[in-house]
Amino acid sequence: MAFFFEVLITGLMVGIMYSLIALGFALIFKASDVFNMAQGAMSLFAGLALVGFLHQYMHLPLWLALLCTVGVMTIWAYVIVFVVLKPLVNRPPLMLFMATFGVMYLMEGIGQSIYGTQAKGLNIGIPDNSFEVAGIFMSSFDLFFAGVAAVLVAGLIWFFQKTRNGRALRAVSDDHEAALSVGIPLLKAWYLTWIIAGIVATVAGVAWGTRLGVQFSLSYIAFKALPVLIIGGLDSIPGANRPLFQALRSVRKRDS
Amino acid sequence: MGRKLSFTIFALVLVASFILSSGQAMASEEKKPEQFVGLLAYRTGPFAAGGSGLTSGKEDFMALINMRGGINGKIMYKWEECETAYNAARGVECYNRFKNKMFKVHPESTGITYALIPKATKDKIVVISSGYGRADASDGRVFPWVFTIPTNYWSQNTAKIKWIAMQEGWDGKDMSTIGKYLKGLKIANLHIDVPYGQETKPILDAMAKKFGFKVRHFPVPWPGIDQKAQWMDIVRRFKADWVINRNWGVSCTVPLKEAARLKFPSNRILGVWWCGAEEDVLPAGPAAKGYYSTNFHGVGRDFPIIKEVVDKVYGAMKGNISFTRVGSVYYNRGFVAAIVDHEAILTAHKKFGVKVLTGEEFRWGMEHLNITKERIKEIGAEGLMQPLKTSCADHEGGGMVFFQQWDGKKWVSTGDVITPMRKFVRGMIEKSAAKYAKEKGITPRTCK
Repeated sequence: MAFFFEVLITGLMVGIMYSLIALGFALIFKASDVFNMAQGAMSLFAGLALVGFLHQYMHLPLWLALLCTVGVMTIWAYVIVFVVLKPLVNRPPLMLFMATFGVMYLMEGIGQSIYGTQAKGLNIGIPDNSFEVAGIFMSSFDLFFAGVAAVLVAGLIWFFQKTRNGRALRAVSDDHEAALSVGIPLLKAWYLTWIIAGIVATVAGVAWGTRLGVQFSLSYIAFKALPVLIIGGLDSIPGANRPLFQALRSVRKRDS
Repeated sequence: MGRKLSFTIFALVLVASFILSSGQAMASEEKKPEQFVGLLAYRTGPFAAGGSGLTSGKEDFMALINMRGGINGKIMYKWEECETAYNAARGVECYNRFKNKMFKVHPESTGITYALIPKATKDKIVVISSGYGRADASDGRVFPWVFTIPTNYWSQNTAKIKWIAMQEGWDGKDMSTIGKYLKGLKIANLHIDVPYGQETKPILDAMAKKFGFKVRHFPVPWPGIDQKAQWMDIVRRFKADWVINRNWGVSCTVPLKEAARLKFPSNRILGVWWCGAEEDVLPAGPAAKGYYSTNFHGVGRDFPIIKEVVDKVYGAMKGNISFTRVGSVYYNRGFVAAIVDHEAILTAHKKFGVKVLTGEEFRWGMEHLNITKERIKEIGAEGLMQPLKTSCADHEGGGMVFFQQWDGKKWVSTGDVITPMRKFVRGMIEKSAAKYAKEKGITPRTCK
């Protein structure tokens, strides 16, 4: 029985890690009806940029490196919205979707060109110790990021429900044309969403990069997060954080 | 004035281009014939760390030979890369691009090897899968165009089991007593769930039956970034004594972290040689310290030939990779593969004369390789590579497996260089190759 609970709890923790990626998907889909294939690549790029600021090219303190990384992701958001997506406004959603494929390849390519293809270790001082509670191994690292994910989700829910910009984004996601007709600038709303998605991708990049090392495979995590996203709901932020499914997946994997 | 100036510039450019082209023509008169090498590389994508090291190692060796005046002083190496990103479809595309001018191919991926074997056999191009690909391709009677030199996965796994028995107290010599030390041991084969990962299941099962240990296979879905479920199973339910880490890329690193989390000792994990590079362990940090892996060549720069590359090739700023990676695991692997190919070319030159070789002539060279200890010393690669002797039937040639341990900063050789269970492996190779021949309607050639 202890084994069952261990698998269940570990599965929950893994699910939370995936939900960090799923959150980014849900955010963009919610605001722009675009299924963003580049979400994994965004996490990869954020991870690479952070390593670049911390160790590879500069030796900035962690807070500044994180800030600069968010800055880089903001520049990306600008490029994506005003260079890639702007000419595609009012085109079928499939075109926007395909454009994000292009963004994915672009990010992966530029990332590898600037930062190289070597796997890089990332240690920002988050404790990674395991301890035993009632015969169940828990990891302080997993717990830390479970906390981070909870804060992120709560923050985003608050942002979408309570703030003026959040409401504007919800309006855009409900109906582009109606939102435009009441004076909500579509591109500005998208820009804001991509910036937020960039911040979420940075958190995911840090979490997964610390765990696996910052390397190209981070880009694949997005695909593994898809089941979490589908079950949680494509446009649901609380839904993206539905790691129970992942827990069930772990139990099933164990039995197979 | 403007027209005059543009006319002057035009005339100058014209004159300069005449001078340059005549200079080039003069240079080409002195040009030596070139042996073309098509390189299937992957400098991008999830396995770029491996791909860039392997390719650059080969290129640096060829650059060194060219700087020495070429192969036998008469033929120059010429090479071109094609990016596969470790993708089988792109690998085949690259092969098609090069096939009319190349004589050998290193697919650098088990998947691409599987795809190229029938094609290359038809095109008479030698396929060299050094330490990867089909283990049964070591049978030269069924696979005349494929070489698994210097060792294959099945040899590696028998050496691994011998090494594990040695850690359990076996003397490493008397095969009749090995079973005593292996009996009852639980060995987990954690493998990535692709053809490469599945390749060693039959040999491990056969050995488990023969020596009385228990082996269980734990497949990891591609790309293997999440292995929590498998590790809980390995540590909590199966309670493994040893774990074989048979992954690739990021999936090599994840087990080290997971093991640490479940307090499974890292020195009870033994990696395949594709999980034994610096790039595989560095991201795992302290969790990797003590981890063992196999290898089939030496690591570092402390070999005369590598030192020569450092002096000549990098001294002339003609290196093909960042200098810090010279001497790393994947770099040396590519470098050793290029040495072996070069020796085969020299062997073929002895028979066919010093000329640009065809696939068939090169194959003859590969089948008549005899790189002795003395020759290795002469090359300046003592400790970097093992003696090799191939034949018509034996396309593996060596089979020796090296063992190394990560000390937290670098790979350190344990000093164990283990001979595989040759007879046992050969029996299985012949059986499997015969099955392949039957399936494909191939009549194995007779080897004298």
